[in-house]
Amino acid sequence: MSTQVASPAAPARAKQPAPRRRGGSHKLSKGDKGVLAVMVGIPTLIVLLLVWIPMLLSIALSFTKWNALALSDIKPAGLSNYDFVLNNYPPFWPAVEHNIIWLLFLAVVATPLGLFLAVLLDQNIRGSRIYQSVFFTPVMLSLPLVAIIWQLMYARNEGLINNVLGTANGPNAIDWFGDSSVNLWAALIAATWRHAGYIMVLYLAGLKGIDPSLREAAAIDGASSSQTFFRVVFPSMRPINIVVIVITIIEALRAFDIVYVINRGTNGLELIGALVVQNLVGEGQVIGVGSALAVMLLVVSLVPITFYLARTFRRED
Amino acid sequence: MSSSNTLVTPDHIANPIPAETRGRAKTRHTGTHLLLIALAVMWLIPLLWTLYTALRPKAETDKYGYFSVGGTYNFDNFSNAWEQAGLGTYFVNSVIITVPTVLLTLLFASMMAFAVSRFSWRFNITLLIMFTAGNLLPPQVLAAPLFSIFKFIPLPLSISDSGNFLNTYYSVIMVNTAFQIGFCTFVLSNYMKALPQELTEAALVDGAGVWKQYYSIVMPLCRPALAALGTLEVIFIYNEFFWPLLFIQSGNRLPITTGIKNLQGQFLNDYNLIAAGATFTIIPTLIIYLLLQRHFVAGLTLGASKG
Repeated sequence: MSTQVASPAAPARAKQPAPRRRGGSHKLSKGDKGVLAVMVGIPTLIVLLLVWIPMLLSIALSFTKWNALALSDIKPAGLSNYDFVLNNYPPFWPAVEHNIIWLLFLAVVATPLGLFLAVLLDQNIRGSRIYQSVFFTPVMLSLPLVAIIWQLMYARNEGLINNVLGTANGPNAIDWFGDSSVNLWAALIAATWRHAGYIMVLYLAGLKGIDPSLREAAAIDGASSSQTFFRVVFPSMRPINIVVIVITIIEALRAFDIVYVINRGTNGLELIGALVVQNLVGEGQVIGVGSALAVMLLVVSLVPITFYLARTFRRED
Repeated sequence: MSSSNTLVTPDHIANPIPAETRGRAKTRHTGTHLLLIALAVMWLIPLLWTLYTALRPKAETDKYGYFSVGGTYNFDNFSNAWEQAGLGTYFVNSVIITVPTVLLTLLFASMMAFAVSRFSWRFNITLLIMFTAGNLLPPQVLAAPLFSIFKFIPLPLSISDSGNFLNTYYSVIMVNTAFQIGFCTFVLSNYMKALPQELTEAALVDGAGVWKQYYSIVMPLCRPALAALGTLEVIFIYNEFFWPLLFIQSGNRLPITTGIKNLQGQFLNDYNLIAAGATFTIIPTLIIYLLLQRHFVAGLTLGASKG
C-alpha cells in the first residue's frame, strides 16, 4: 500500500492564470449537460458504491455481531464489540503501542533521513543521479517484497546479519523477525529502507523549486549553511512539509503489509491494520470485532485527512 | 542536476568571498561523498545479498554456509522457483489485474477532473474533496463491507465459478479502480485548471460539444500528466497486496505481489529459492523503472513541484 498525497501548493498556483471565468453551465446545451452528467456520474457512483458506502457500512457493522455466513445472522450488539476490543482483546493495546512506535520511528528516523538524503543530493555533487537511483530503488518494490528481502537479511542461520555478527548457527543467533523483543525494530528498519527514498524524492523536488535568491540573500547576511537551511530553506518548503507530515502519519496508520507477510501481525508485531484483517479473513470470522477495530482506525485517520483537506481546499471555495 | 547548476553559478559570481567558500565547499563534498557511498552501500546490500543467495545452489550454501564465497554459481534456483511456485501464472494474473485497472482509473479520473476543473457547478469542490479523502482512507476500513458485498452479490456461474464476486479478478479491479480514482482526479484536475480557459471557450464558440472539448482538446494537452500518472499507477497496482489477499482465495488467481507471500511456505527454509523468487518479482519493476523513471518520479512529485 502506498500513500500518495499531492501538494496543496498546486491548486493555489493553478488559480493564478485569470479571475475565474469558467464556461458557465447556462451556455451548455441539453446534450452537453447529459454528457457532463455521465462524466461526473460514473466516477462518482463508483467511489460512492465502493468507498463511501462501505465506509458507512463498516461503522454499522461495528455495532453488530456476525459470523459472515448469512445476512440473516446479523444481530445488533450495541457497544459490545468496542467493549470487547478495549477490555478483553489481548493484542489490542500492544497494537496501539506498536502503531505509535511505528509513527514515532518514521517521524524521527525515516522521514528526517529522507530529508537528509535530499539535502545532500541537492548540492552540486558528482554522481548525484546514481545515488538518487540507489536510494530510490526500494520505493519501487512492494512492501511484501521488502519483507521477504529483509527476511533473507535477518534469518537466524541463513541471514547476512547473523553471519556478519558471527552468531549464525550458534546459540546466540538472533531471529530478528521472530524474536518478539526485537522484531518490531527489525520491521521498522525494513520499512525505513523504503520510506526514506520516497521522502527523498519529494524533498528533492521541493529543494529544486526554491528560489536561489533566498539562499543568496541568506549568504550575504552571513548565515551559515545550517542556519540558511533551518531558517530559510526548510520553512519555505512548507507545502511539501505538510504533504510529508500527512504521508508519514497515514503510512504509520496503514502499516500492515510487512508485518502480515512476516507472521500475520502476531508475536510482537501486532498492528491495528493487521488485527482488522485477522478478524475478517480465515475461519471464525468475527466481522463485528474487525469492524470495531476498523472504525477506530478510521476515526484516528480522519485527523490527518481533515487537516490535509482543510489546508488544500481552504482557498478553493 | 541542471537546476542545481543554476543555483551555484550566480552564487559564486555574486558572492564577494568566493574563494574561501568554494574551498570549504570542496572539502565538504569529499565528506559528503564518503557518507553517501556508505549509505548507498547499505541501501544496496539487501538487494545484492538477495541476488547472491539466488545464484548459489542450496547444496553449496549448506556446505560452505550462506556467508561464503566459492563453489558454483548458476541459475538453477531461478528455473526451479519459476516452475515450483508457478510464478508464470502469478505474473499473468498481475497483468490481467493491472492493465484494466490503470486504464479505467485514468479514464474515469480524467472525465471527473475535466468536469470539476473546466466547469463550475454546485458541489464540484465538495465532490473533489470526497474523492481525495476516499483515497487517503486506510483500506482496512472498507474491508469487511466490501468482502460481504462481494460475497452476497450473485454472479452467474458462467462468469464466476464461485457464484459471486469473491475469487474473481473483477472484484480486485473494481476496488483498486475506485480507490485510485480519487488521487488521479485530484492531480489531473489541478493540471487541467492550469490550462488556459480560453482553449475550451474558443472551442465552445466554435460549437464543439463537451465530449469533443474533453477528448480532442484537453486530453491531448494532459499527455505528460497522464504518462506520469499511468506509470505511477502501474507500479502501485502491481505492488498492491491487500485487495487480492482479501478477495482471492485460490492460489492460481493471485497476482505476483500477493502470491509471493506463499513463497516462504512453499519453499520452507530454502532461502536460495525464496531469493530467486524475490528477484523475479523485482524484474518487471526494474524494467519500468529504467524505461520510465522520469515519469515515475514526476508522478510521485506531481503537484509537489513546479511542473
